[in-house]
Amino acid sequence: MELSNLFFIIISAIFINNFVLVRFLGLCPYIGVSKKLDSALGMGMAVIFVMTMASVFTWLINHFFLSPDTGIFGYDLTFLRTIAFILSIAVLVQFVEMVIRKSAPELYKALGIYLPLITTNCAVLGVSILNITENYNFIEAIVNGISSGLGFTLVLLLMAGIRERLERAQVPKALQGMPIAFIVAGCMALAFLGFSGLKF
Amino acid sequence: MITSALIVLGGLGIIFGIGLAIASRIFHVDVDPKIEKIEECLPGANCGACGYAGCSQYAESIVKDNEEIDLCAPGGDEVIAKIAKIMGKKAGKKEPQIALIKCQSGGNDNTKFKYKNKGIKSCQAAMELDGGHNVCEYGCLGFNDCVDACPFYAIEVDENNMRYVDPEKCTGCGNCVDACPKDLIELIPISKKVNILCMSHDKGGVAKKSCGNETACIGCSICAKKCPVNAISMEDKLAVIDYDKCVVCGICAEACPTGAITDKIENRPQPIIKEEDCIGCTICAKKCPVEAIEGEVKKPHKIVEEKCIKCGICLDVCPKDAIVPKKE
Repeated sequence: MELSNLFFIIISAIFINNFVLVRFLGLCPYIGVSKKLDSALGMGMAVIFVMTMASVFTWLINHFFLSPDTGIFGYDLTFLRTIAFILSIAVLVQFVEMVIRKSAPELYKALGIYLPLITTNCAVLGVSILNITENYNFIEAIVNGISSGLGFTLVLLLMAGIRERLERAQVPKALQGMPIAFIVAGCMALAFLGFSGLKF
Repeated sequence: MITSALIVLGGLGIIFGIGLAIASRIFHVDVDPKIEKIEECLPGANCGACGYAGCSQYAESIVKDNEEIDLCAPGGDEVIAKIAKIMGKKAGKKEPQIALIKCQSGGNDNTKFKYKNKGIKSCQAAMELDGGHNVCEYGCLGFNDCVDACPFYAIEVDENNMRYVDPEKCTGCGNCVDACPKDLIELIPISKKVNILCMSHDKGGVAKKSCGNETACIGCSICAKKCPVNAISMEDKLAVIDYDKCVVCGICAEACPTGAITDKIENRPQPIIKEEDCIGCTICAKKCPVEAIEGEVKKPHKIVEEKCIKCGICLDVCPKDAIVPKKE
C-alpha cells in the first residue's frame, strides 16, 4: 500500500501534474535557462537538490510550528505558511550555497549562478505548499520533492534539446527567438496534458 | 494567538539569521582581492580568447593557477600592463594575432557549385549535405558562419559575398576559427603579411579545376624551393608556411604559378646603407636571411643588391637607422 502510494506520487509529479507544463510553475527558468543543454542540466540538478531539501524543512516547520493539531503552540498558524516557507527556502539555499562553496568547490562551479536563482523559483515554494495541502506524510513529502524536481529537469532538458535544434531551423522572421520558444512550450504542455488521463 | 504567530515568525527569523551568521563564519571562503582587481581591468567581453569560459574565470586562474597574463587578445598590451602591475609580474610584449581566411573562393562569382543549396544558410548545416556545395571539398561554403561568430564585427562581406578580415577590428580572439566547419581560418601574427590562401590537399589538376577562383595550391613545391629561410614545407600536396621562420620577404608569392600565395605588402623598396651613419655593428648582417649584407666589424657595411630579397628586416634591426629605402 505504502509503496504503491509512493509510486503514484512519483508518476504524478513527473508526468501527470508536471510542475512546468501542467501546473505552470517555474516558468522563468524554463524559458530562461533552456537555451543550452549543459546549463539546463546544471539548473535541473540544482532544482532537484533544493526542492528535496525544501520539502524536508518546510514539512518540519509546518508540522511542528504551524499546524493546529501537531504544532507546539496549538493554534492554527497556517496563515503564516507562505511567508515562513519563503523565509526558510531562502535561508536554506543561502546555507547550502555556503556549504557547497566550502566543501565542494567543483560542484559550486558547476551549479554556478543557478543555485541562488532558485531562491526565487516559485516551483520550490509550490512543492512545499502542495506537500501540505495534499496531506503528505514526511516520506511522501520527500519523494514528492525529488520527483517534482525530476519532472522539472526532464521538461527543461526536452525544451533545451528542442531549442538547440531550433537555432538551426528556418523560422519565419516574426517568430524568431522567444515567440517560437513560447509556441514550442505550448505544444509541449498540450502533449503533457495527454498524461492527465492516467488513472491508478 | 498573535503572540504565538510573532514568536514563530520572529523565532524562525532570529534562528535563521544567527544560523546563517555562524555558517558564514564557519564556511568562510577567502576571495583574493587580486581576482576582483584583475577582473575590473579585463574588457568583460567574455569572448573566450584566453581559453576560459569568461573574464572572471581567467582572472581567477591568473591568481590561483599562475596562468600567463598575456592571454587576453581583445585587451592587448594595455590590459597586460595593468595585470602585470597587480600581479607584480613583468609585462612581456606579445605580438597581436589576426584571423586569416585561407580560401580565395566562396563568393558568388568565384565559386564552382556542386548544386544549388537553398537550405539553411549556415556553413555548419551545409557541411552535412555531402560536405557542402563547393566543388572543392576544402573550399569556403560562403554562408558566413565566421561573420556571425565574430563578436567584434571584424569580418566584412562585400557585394560579391566575399569576406574580409578588418585588421583594425580583429582582436585575434579565435571565435571564427572555431565557427568555420572547413577549418579555413587560422590565427597568425599580424606582421606576417605573406600567406598561402589555399587549404586544398587535392592533386594539382583536381585542385586547380575545382577552385572557382583558379588560385588553388597545386602542390608544385616551387615556393618551398625558393624560400630563403626554408619556412615553407609541403604537407600532403599543400604548401604550409611556418610563421616562426617566415621573414615575409614575398619571394614565394612572386614564384607561385597559381596565385595561391598573396603578399599584402604593396611596395618593397631596395634598402641601402648610409655609409656615414653605419658603425659596423654587424647586426644587420647577422639578421639578413640571405646573407646579402657584407662588411667587416666596425667598418661600414654594404648590401649586395643581387642577393637582397627586400624583406625589410635590416631596416627594422639597424640600431642607428643607417639603412634606408633607396630612392629611385
